[in-house]
Amino acid sequence: MSPRRTEIGGRIDRLRTIRFTFDGAPYTGHAGDTLASALLANGVTLFGRSFKYHRPRGLLAAGVEEPNALVTVLRGEVREPNIAATMVEIYDGLVAVSQNRTPSLAWDISAINQLGGKILSAGFYYKTFMGPVIGPLKGTRFWMFCEHFIRRAAGLGKAGTAPDPARYERMNAFCDVLIVGSGPAGLMAAKAAADQGARVILADLEANFGGSANWSGETIDGMPAADWALRTVGQLEGNDNVRLLPRTTVWGYYDGNTLAALERVTDHKEVAAKGEPRQRYWAIRAGTVVLATGSFERPLVFPGNDRPGVMLAHAAERYVNEYGVLPGQRIALFTNNDSAYRSAVAFKKAGAAVVAIVDVRSDVSNEMRRLASEAEAELLAAHAVIATEGGKGLTGLKVQRFDAMSGALSGDERSIHADSLLMSGGWSPTIHLASQAGAKAEWDPARQAFLPPKPTQRWPNQQWVGAGAFTGGFSTAEAIAEGRAVGLQAAGGAVSSAPLPVVEVAPGDPDPAPVFEIKAKGKSFVDFQHDVTAEDVRLAHREGFVSVEHLKRYTTLGMATDQGKNSNVPGLAIMAEALGKPIPEVGTTRFRPPYTAVSIGSLAAERFGDLKPERLTPMHDWHLANGARMYSAGLWYRPMIYGLAGETVEQAYVREAKATRESAGIVDVSTLGKIAVQGPDAAELLDRVYTNMFSTLAVGKARYGLMLREDGLAFDDGTTWRLGDQEFLMTTTTANAGKVMQHLEYFLDVIWPELKVTVTSVTDEWAGAAIGGPNARAILASCVTGTAVDNATLPFMGIVHGRIAGIPVMICRLSFSGEMAFEVYSGAGYGTHVWEALIEAGKPFGLVTYGLEALGTMRIEKGHVTGAEIDGRTTARDLHLDWMLSKKKPFIGSAMMDREGLIGSDRLELVGVIALDNRALNGGGHIVEELDEANPHGSLGHITACCYSPALGKYIALALVKGGKARHGTRAFVSDPLRNRFGPIEIVSNHFYDPDGSRMHG
Amino acid sequence: MLITCPYCGPRDVIEFTYQGDGNRERPQPASQNLDAWNAYVYDRLNPAGDHNEIWQHSGGCRAHLRVVRNTITHEILSTAFARGGHKSADNRAEGRS
Repeated sequence: MSPRRTEIGGRIDRLRTIRFTFDGAPYTGHAGDTLASALLANGVTLFGRSFKYHRPRGLLAAGVEEPNALVTVLRGEVREPNIAATMVEIYDGLVAVSQNRTPSLAWDISAINQLGGKILSAGFYYKTFMGPVIGPLKGTRFWMFCEHFIRRAAGLGKAGTAPDPARYERMNAFCDVLIVGSGPAGLMAAKAAADQGARVILADLEANFGGSANWSGETIDGMPAADWALRTVGQLEGNDNVRLLPRTTVWGYYDGNTLAALERVTDHKEVAAKGEPRQRYWAIRAGTVVLATGSFERPLVFPGNDRPGVMLAHAAERYVNEYGVLPGQRIALFTNNDSAYRSAVAFKKAGAAVVAIVDVRSDVSNEMRRLASEAEAELLAAHAVIATEGGKGLTGLKVQRFDAMSGALSGDERSIHADSLLMSGGWSPTIHLASQAGAKAEWDPARQAFLPPKPTQRWPNQQWVGAGAFTGGFSTAEAIAEGRAVGLQAAGGAVSSAPLPVVEVAPGDPDPAPVFEIKAKGKSFVDFQHDVTAEDVRLAHREGFVSVEHLKRYTTLGMATDQGKNSNVPGLAIMAEALGKPIPEVGTTRFRPPYTAVSIGSLAAERFGDLKPERLTPMHDWHLANGARMYSAGLWYRPMIYGLAGETVEQAYVREAKATRESAGIVDVSTLGKIAVQGPDAAELLDRVYTNMFSTLAVGKARYGLMLREDGLAFDDGTTWRLGDQEFLMTTTTANAGKVMQHLEYFLDVIWPELKVTVTSVTDEWAGAAIGGPNARAILASCVTGTAVDNATLPFMGIVHGRIAGIPVMICRLSFSGEMAFEVYSGAGYGTHVWEALIEAGKPFGLVTYGLEALGTMRIEKGHVTGAEIDGRTTARDLHLDWMLSKKKPFIGSAMMDREGLIGSDRLELVGVIALDNRALNGGGHIVEELDEANPHGSLGHITACCYSPALGKYIALALVKGGKARHGTRAFVSDPLRNRFGPIEIVSNHFYDPDGSRMHG
Repeated sequence: MLITCPYCGPRDVIEFTYQGDGNRERPQPASQNLDAWNAYVYDRLNPAGDHNEIWQHSGGCRAHLRVVRNTITHEILSTAFARGGHKSADNRAEGRS
């Protein structure tokens, strides 16, 4: 028998023994144990070392709010740090280790930090490490020196570096009523709502539904409360309209009653069942949310309150009643309220000696005095604990007379021998989710607690109702009555007068004495996990950090992984006292999601790796099969080069571009945005959105168009083809296809609803191939049927319809490369078929396939602009496209394009740049008049695109440079300190190659 | 946040794209009143409370909606097709004419 396990009692399965290890030592426990209860049963008192001072720490709580007993759970290569031992269900083979200790939990060298306690007080980092260097021991540089050691010494668990092999899942759920918390209030609400036929989800972060019913020792409907909970769950289980989610923490409350929850599906299992994810993220949309999240018991703040063996009274009661584990044999209680007296009786019944009940109040009721004598405990009314004794476990405590009104201590100190001190500082409703939903907590002076406000109409999207201890009704009878009432209300049912389950009336007053802290000598902890003491809070006050938000950040109170679940109210109370203000005037910080830590894996779920969808052109597989090296352009994948063995990228694109200019080349242009513009007002729409005229365009012709934004800056360019009187095919740049579509839709829908036009994205319906070069026309002539392609039939910017290899195609003679070139469009499904026919027809002419690098090279040689130059800052004039600005009509951007700032002489304008040192240039490199490598300055502009030009035999670039055309023929320098590229350049026209267009006009 | 599209019914906000302040008045296309254009292009209301907004149901029917949203509570007070220039907060959702 384990040293602390009781002979009988508890909800554990004593017939099933489970083996696990903690810090390498083997232990056993029973099915139903948590790591905390099993270790406690084995006599373990030391669970962790504190954050800053490395003080030994034991269990404070039994549930999710545990601040001290944080462990790392190891599963194979994966380590998950900072999990509360109280939330780890044991399974065979569980491996857990303690944290923040070197070399071991029992002998931790950093415990020496306790001696330096005064130095490590609030604001230590700010005071020591901020600001200029003053001598060797101050300043930011000193921090950089110390950081390594401090990061090792102060901190919690360490995350692993191995990839997480676990699978996570994401689920969406919809319900009429979501009930958060499954104590008596939550169970009653679920039952009432389900009986009304509502779709109900009941979620609880614990493994077993029932909440306090599992350990309260109360009787409901004539049976133990835990059995009543089981029975109620059983009644819910079979219903189609009820989904039960145990081990599920509802951690976020978002707009429109959307809640986020994390279900720990297999963390408690030795082996996951087939197909089970480790954890499941639930996005729940609820009609109404019932918050039945209960309340947390508060610690009292007194010297030595963090010593292992000091625990919350009801946590201890839970260990006794739910797990059959006694936290000690000689138990003392320290309380400011009545709730601890019933716990005392429970400890007595379980076989412990209750040596004393220390109560700060002088007026203890007769009922409580009777409970104290039932527990055979000495009652020390109007007393307080002023110190605790012991090393890694409690051996005793000291008490003194205490006046609850003034907080004064008096009389002789008295020592009490005890191995367990259980405290109760009152109760704080778990209002986190309500706070997340926007509700401002209200201080209740009687309950000494922040209560959720009554839901108001101000937050009509956040339809929640509360029940049970969450509302400040701390008795089970209230929980049951409220639970049923809100369950009916949430499900739209009528108020019921049917009898409620009968609960014995709990004796005692729910209101505690307003005592939070006993001021005596020694460290009194407020935030256990972050080692924030009462003195730290007062120091923050003295140094002027008096707003609760500043207090929180300066002291880090409530900023640890437990997010102040224990420390919030005591911390505020101490600050309020320091300020001489009542607590409600000090206020409380707003709780934010998540309620407890959430694994990143569950948020990502199946969405990991490259999250972008891939857009592939119809010819994608052909490119891969024919040696293309692909890269991504937005969502698209496009060939960069079709490299030959041993070729560099530069060698490949130079070869491809050269071959195109010498004979012919073909490139996949299916990615261009394509929008069908149709309707009686199609031409009118185009006149309004393009800077130039389209209504004058003849059917069967295409025209290059430029769009501006409303603010007059350049937006996008492309050719638009008039296929019929009322039908156009607009092409856009690959990158802006979506934006242009949205732009057109916005104007048609919002601004010009009178225009009879429809716009349809047809990007994916067409496959496009651009074939260019001196032999391009001959290649087409050899494979196109049904139309001629000669200059008369197919002039520059003309459009013809024909067939290639039996497939209907549409051919437009336009050129991006500057060569005699054609764009051949076919239905996407025949893209590869047509492409292959073109390749076959090109074989006698030495047709090459070329990728984006060669495409870019040829466009730089021609000085055409792309998104690199239409960068959202340039105007049409900057890009020498002002010839496209029609003066005959208004168009989008026409009113704003000539504003003062957009026509100044100092604007960056498009120019060409030639490297005079015959070395490659880089995009982003700056152009300067005088080179100063040590102190780069005086930028005239920057390079937007660069390449080696096979046509010129030089490294060239396009650039946006102040002065623009005026600098043509002048010399300057490129200054690119990032890549250490400096050198002389010549500024020239952006039209490097064939400026009069004789090649493409043929 | 749920936005009720008059076509598609209540849909999650991720299906929608915010298209800006719905109080903007675009000057007549030929207008040379730079102040009016400036106000249209740059001036935006930023109320703490009810706000007229344009949203596009970009992940759905692609219609543009005039939405009155409370910027504090994120409550959607009304939605209507933007087409036709409906502006007032209490316009009922109407079918596309």
